[in-house]
Amino acid sequence: MSVAVLKPGLLTTVQDRGRFGCGALGVGQAGPMDEVVHRLANALVGNPDDAAALEITLIGPRLRFDADATIALAGAEFDARIDGIPLTPWRPVRVKAGSVLDGGRALRGARASLAVAGGFHAKSVLGSVATDVNAGFGTPLRADDTLAFTGTDPVFVKHPAWSLDPRPWFDTDASKPVRLIRGRHFDVLTAASRSALFGAEFRIAVESNRVGYRLDGLRLELVRPVEIVSEPLAFGALQLPPGGQPIALMAEHPVTGGYPRIGQVAAIDLPRLAQRRPGDPLRFEEIDLDEAQTRYLRRERELARLLDAITTRLA
Amino acid sequence: MIGADAAGFSIEPVGETMLLLRFGDQVDIEVNARVHAAAETLRRVEMPGLVDVVPAYATLALHYDAAFWAGRDGEPPWKHLAGTLEVVFATTAPADTGSDRCIEIPVCYGGEHGSDLDAVAAHAGLDADAVIARHSAADYRVAMLGFAPGFPYLLGLDPALHMPRRAQPRTRVPAGSVAIGGAQTGIYPSALPGGWQLIGRTPLRLFDAGRETPSLLLPGDRVRFRAIDATEFARLAESAA
Repeated sequence: MSVAVLKPGLLTTVQDRGRFGCGALGVGQAGPMDEVVHRLANALVGNPDDAAALEITLIGPRLRFDADATIALAGAEFDARIDGIPLTPWRPVRVKAGSVLDGGRALRGARASLAVAGGFHAKSVLGSVATDVNAGFGTPLRADDTLAFTGTDPVFVKHPAWSLDPRPWFDTDASKPVRLIRGRHFDVLTAASRSALFGAEFRIAVESNRVGYRLDGLRLELVRPVEIVSEPLAFGALQLPPGGQPIALMAEHPVTGGYPRIGQVAAIDLPRLAQRRPGDPLRFEEIDLDEAQTRYLRRERELARLLDAITTRLA
Repeated sequence: MIGADAAGFSIEPVGETMLLLRFGDQVDIEVNARVHAAAETLRRVEMPGLVDVVPAYATLALHYDAAFWAGRDGEPPWKHLAGTLEVVFATTAPADTGSDRCIEIPVCYGGEHGSDLDAVAAHAGLDADAVIARHSAADYRVAMLGFAPGFPYLLGLDPALHMPRRAQPRTRVPAGSVAIGGAQTGIYPSALPGGWQLIGRTPLRLFDAGRETPSLLLPGDRVRFRAIDATEFARLAESAA
């Protein structure tokens, strides 16, 4: 079973949870920018939360289904339609063979996950199908591609009017701050730059992508240059290259890097950051690591409960 | 930051799911050897709750499962893991400094395969043959892989051959290019943009995700370069294809 790609959209990639355990080879994780949305979209069609789904960005693809399928769209609010009829997001939806899904464009937020019951297929590289453009693992969808998926028996939707309330898991209110933990080189910032980091407003620059978000705003300065030997990085690292324009590293970031590391975006707020678009404002609010970790564990517990509840509801 | 003096590193939490073990702040073969030894110790004790272990020049990153390391009494996971690591390293005999593999890399130096060889020679005040002789005489260590899948950063470059990166990076460096960037030498595993000085090219495939061992070189490996001529390059390139 497959879908035909009539139009690829702006940047549509196959993603599972990511490519783990290959950092020593210089291979990064990639995976979804908003992993919460990815996991929920999969759950809504009865998939395990690491199944392969499509991450769609700002402008959705147009896809024709050659077989009946159950799909779910979660994340950024797209004006998506199936054969001209608006697609209800955050719930499983039956699609008939021959139907055309038009992803439309994102009205709020930047990225959505489109899951299909059974999961999409793509070539597995080092145990993952996650597209990593710079590493040369997979490519974004192109017109005329055919994307296979595993069909499953139709997911029986017991509650036809039901859809998931996304509010606790998804917000696109760009006025909300993103929480940031101090990085190793925070103390090397000038006093003015330290207060700017947690006080001033930045904007997501146009040159932002799955690798990283460049932040326009006040240029940040160090009191002295620091020599750094390349060291491993994590999703959410806030680096300060020469020139003073910070870069927040995102899902497809390189494994190692050598710029001063002034902060680390709290994992609980990475989805919020991933949903900002170029031009959106960004304010950081300080959080300490212990607090961030406590909240992260709480989020993971609550998300696990919700994923279970969805599975029960579909069963 | 927590000090773990016995093993000679400090522990620095980076976000909710990564700990950085820091062995030093410089590019140094001894420091790097301790990074690889620590990685080997963690493999040997089969340390649980880790998602990935990533060695670099002077640091070792542990990506961990925060839920696995959730401590009792509300102790944050990073402190629980850090405390466990201190015990592990205090009670485990140090591992050998990693790999004793030595991999020979055939290189066709200069000409179309190494268009910056003459510039490196001029910078070093040597002739091209002397650069080749010195580059292929040294014993190197893979300090880390990074930048791109399978890109090795090699320690052990003859100081006479140190040379800054190009002011204007190339948009495309051919796969297999052997290059010098500052005090380091490395090999581009695939066609990539890059600013290092290109002195030669190997016909070997450094990285192939479809192979059982995708990366020809692994962190801690020893490496030697062997000069080959264009004919041998072509022959080896054909058999590697």
